[in-house]
Amino acid sequence: MLLIHCPYCEDDRPELEFSHAGQAHIVRPTDMDGLSDEEFEAMFFIRDNPKGIILERWRHSMGCGRFLNAVRHTVTDKFLKTYKAGQPRPTDKDIEDLLK
Amino acid sequence: MADSITAERREIVAGFKFANNAVSIEAAPAASRTNLRATTAGAKSFGKSISLELPTIMHETASKAGRHALKLGPDEWLLIDTKNINDSMVPRLANKNFSAVDISHRNCAFVISGAGAANTLNTACPRDLSLAAFPVGTCSRTLFGKAEVVLYRTAKDTFRLECWRTFATYVRDYLMDGAKDAHI
Ligand SMILES: [Zn+2]
Repeated sequence: MLLIHCPYCEDDRPELEFSHAGQAHIVRPTDMDGLSDEEFEAMFFIRDNPKGIILERWRHSMGCGRFLNAVRHTVTDKFLKTYKAGQPRPTDKDIEDLLK
Repeated sequence: MADSITAERREIVAGFKFANNAVSIEAAPAASRTNLRATTAGAKSFGKSISLELPTIMHETASKAGRHALKLGPDEWLLIDTKNINDSMVPRLANKNFSAVDISHRNCAFVISGAGAANTLNTACPRDLSLAAFPVGTCSRTLFGKAEVVLYRTAKDTFRLECWRTFATYVRDYLMDGAKDAHI
């Protein structure tokens, strides 16, 4: 069973308790009206699909109920790090260190 | 004056009992329940209103005079009153520091006890239920099969399982299946 660390429960929990909630750190524009159709499409629909590291939102829906962020490797499915929602995006250097 | 209407409480699995030589499963008697979302200050004042200091550490519980407070999330508690089953714990006065919802009729509960209790639950619950990982007095929302449940370990070999009444017959049947495996 894949275990995911919940930063709110401060414990490793079975994957079954979590639900995936899309890509993390998507910044919503403050001026929605000023967007062209293409810009809106890119912001609203287009998401990364890398072979490797992705930053995602997950929800501990069958646990504490909280949304959290995760650094996950899409090839190995390894969760390199999880952190509380609202905390800053890990830097490229942080992610490099996690991969070591 | 108009006659007052009294709603008759109909428990979904009332009186259910099952036992083998490893485990016994029973439907818990009716109880009053409240879901509480609160700030730290809100939890304090709500605790005062029901004379029970609410736990502040995740997955801890507090009990007094038939009332139990289970800390399920950073700002979420499940409160169960097994004594005053027809009284709501929701205060009459509004308080901007918490939101309390009476869920007495949404939930029902099973009590699973005996040497095979943890094994019975583990047939459909992926959590580590060893005493080291899930000590007496621990509570947590988790999964049993496909149903959302709250587990509360009240003694070494005893768990209270709270679930929505919608899922009660599913959970009951799954528990009985699990008990047969725990029995082997
Ligand atoms: Zn959690």
